[in-house]
Amino acid sequence: MKVKYFAWVRERIGKAEEMIEPPATVRTVEDLIAWLSSRNEAYAYAFEKPKVIRTAIDHAHVKADAVISGAREIAFFPPMTGG
Amino acid sequence: MKSPVTTCPVAIRIQEDDFDIAREIAVLTERRTDIGAVVSFSGICRADEDSSNIASLTLEHYPGMAEEEIKRHVDEATSRWPLNGVTVIHRVGRFIPGQNIVLVLTASQHRRAAFEAAEFLMDYLKTSAPFWKKEESATGSGWVEAQARDDEAAARWTKS
Repeated sequence: MKVKYFAWVRERIGKAEEMIEPPATVRTVEDLIAWLSSRNEAYAYAFEKPKVIRTAIDHAHVKADAVISGAREIAFFPPMTGG
Repeated sequence: MKSPVTTCPVAIRIQEDDFDIAREIAVLTERRTDIGAVVSFSGICRADEDSSNIASLTLEHYPGMAEEEIKRHVDEATSRWPLNGVTVIHRVGRFIPGQNIVLVLTASQHRRAAFEAAEFLMDYLKTSAPFWKKEESATGSGWVEAQARDDEAAARWTKS
């Protein structure tokens, strides 16, 4: 699946998007954040406060307990500040 | 008896270029005789944010989702209020104080629906459309933090 990062999440991780293949044990958004955080310090820094992070699956907002199977694109970003 | 015109054209644009409010209103109301009210809200880059003097704002968005998320809220607005037209334009890129950032136009037969729908759309644009602002000032740059008051403003529209 493709993952995208925006705003300071993108800056902390150091890339805007990437393809990932998490193991089957990674079921939910929450699991995916933990799995990504374990990769290296940059991810751990980006996701240091997981409750602050907002997630979208295939362009729709989801909560941390959302199941990720079947997702084409998952995006992580801070609370929005447009308008 | 003929039923009244109920078409509600919707225009949603995300662009770097500036917009012309008068022109957008003219486009929305052209050849329409059923519209009695147009409410226009424009959001402008301002210099003072919590006493730090802003030199510029940079707006980033999530292409694809931003348009879809705005569309979802425009659809909700048109189902809640009798609207005769909606235009939402959100600019992205780098702005200096005084420049336009966002425009919401709502047209209706009567003013109340247009006022309420414009406010509803702006409240949701701020809290759920994927845009992020980074500000630059003399002391450095940083991402603008989301405000609890914006979440509260959006929450008051939640149906109970």
